[in-house]
Amino acid sequence: MTGQAHTGRPRRLLRNLSSKIASIPMMLTAVVIFLGGTIWTVVYSFTNSKLLPRANFVGFDQYERLWDAPRWIVSIQNLAIYGALTLVFSLVVGFVLAALMDQKIRFENTFRTIFLYPFALSFIVTGLVWQWILNPEFGVQSVVRALGWTSFTFDPLYNADIVIYGVLIAGLWQGTGLVMCLLLAGLRGIDEDIWKAARVDGIPMWKTYLFIVIPMMRPVFITTLVIIASGIVKVYDLVVAQTSGGPGIASEVPAKYVYDYMFQAQNLGQGFAASTMMLVTVAIIIIPWAYLEFGGRKRV
Amino acid sequence: MSDSVTLPAPAATARAGAEPWGAKPRRALSGRNIMLYGTLLVAALYYLLPLYVMIVTSLKGMPEIRLGNIFSPPLEITFEPWAKAWASACTGLNCDGLSRGFWNSVRITVPSTLISILVASVNGYALANWKFRGADIFFTILIVGAFIPYQVMIYPIVIVLREMGIYGTLTGLVIVHTIFGMPILTLLFRNYFSALPEELFKAARIDGAGFWQIYLRIMLPMSLPIFVVAMILQITGIWNDFLFGVVFTRPEVYPMTVQLNNIVNSVQGVKEYNVNMAATLLTGAVPLIVYFVSGRLFVRGIAAGAVKG
Repeated sequence: MTGQAHTGRPRRLLRNLSSKIASIPMMLTAVVIFLGGTIWTVVYSFTNSKLLPRANFVGFDQYERLWDAPRWIVSIQNLAIYGALTLVFSLVVGFVLAALMDQKIRFENTFRTIFLYPFALSFIVTGLVWQWILNPEFGVQSVVRALGWTSFTFDPLYNADIVIYGVLIAGLWQGTGLVMCLLLAGLRGIDEDIWKAARVDGIPMWKTYLFIVIPMMRPVFITTLVIIASGIVKVYDLVVAQTSGGPGIASEVPAKYVYDYMFQAQNLGQGFAASTMMLVTVAIIIIPWAYLEFGGRKRV
Repeated sequence: MSDSVTLPAPAATARAGAEPWGAKPRRALSGRNIMLYGTLLVAALYYLLPLYVMIVTSLKGMPEIRLGNIFSPPLEITFEPWAKAWASACTGLNCDGLSRGFWNSVRITVPSTLISILVASVNGYALANWKFRGADIFFTILIVGAFIPYQVMIYPIVIVLREMGIYGTLTGLVIVHTIFGMPILTLLFRNYFSALPEELFKAARIDGAGFWQIYLRIMLPMSLPIFVVAMILQITGIWNDFLFGVVFTRPEVYPMTVQLNNIVNSVQGVKEYNVNMAATLLTGAVPLIVYFVSGRLFVRGIAAGAVKG
């Protein structure tokens, strides 16, 4: 450093030049695509763009139309139901599985492999398999009926009222293994002495989990929560494969609304407005988390 | 530290020495074990069921499917559905099966994986060892960007690719995968390179090695495990992608997932469930093989992916 100063200070921009050149792809991606692209979409959501983006600003027209559209309302409701249930079930099931796996069991690797393999599969594959299993003519419903319970009805994919639960079953099958893995890693991070102390005090196991271990795992839970939540907002391929949004519009989701309006209905303005709403949803999830995670650390 | 804590310790060790080591031996069939393994087995069955149904269905003929139930093993094993799914299933007008999508996916996944890892590893290296003023700002934007729904950024990218004249081509899709793989991979490599002993880097600097020389001669050979983790992450991720495939390519170059969806969910014609399931299995085969072969590294990859942000 001091040697450099003697031989004429290189221009500031040229210092560390290779590193800067090597980082050009990162800088372009960050600034042009992530920052620029997002701002562009938000700005153009206030235009009446149809087939091509046009800078003809119409205020909040697109948003008013969006929130008047029954399909968007259904999408939001579905996302809310799917999201809330996914969060609850994947955390509960994931935690129970993780706790069971943490009992120094045999064949731990085998069980882990089994619970996690669906996560390696695409949502398209997941959706198509469950479409087949839930097929009322051949799947679970017909099998149960063949066993003698002839009035048994379970056809989530053909019943508009419960179709989102059919999607939920598939989504949980795909994602709980990941939650289990993350929480298991968290459980392994708990000090063994805590368990010993709880046992010495005669606290029953479930109480130890509920009142000692789970509160200690708060950071792991929050991270897992954020991962599940940001996955929920993006849910798209699963619905496309399993139900194509049907029957009717009963299983539409926001991400599909965006795609359909941008690339099929040629109504770009609506697509931009809908995608901006998705961005807002994510921001509502992420900002409190980022505040807790990073803002909190500075205070302490 | 305090006397009250240290005092009982000798007594405890003395007792531990008198007793046999390890956990208290339990009878193999205690009530607790039955509950424990019973629950795990039931859960494992639920997770395995779809895979089993896929395999069984794909090996049956259509008449048997219409008669039987989806869980029963095939009476007569046939590989015809597999052959048909691979070579002659129809999507729209062309009837050359999933093989086309498979090769498209290979041509998408291989360059996308290589290029995204190359770019991201150099980024991570620059961030870890050659940090320049403002580098962290770009990195923060990148990481925050990982949480933005893709739908928000898709259309601007369409415009950029169209201006470059590569919208709808494989090249365009490779660039898109490189862009969206960047946040997580950069984080992965940055953390890994930061954890390497700094003396190595300093020694190389004193010996006069430059940016690229240190990267190629020291960092790259020392970091093979993390490159494997990144490869697993990218191969499965890119192979399983649907959204980018459908947005950024034309029907001739559709990746396998998109073609699979078109085959199974096409409205015309009689539904051939056995062919559909064979096609589904074929599409899932690549990530499944990667998963089963890589084992613990896969877990490490998703754990690394999980701590993003």
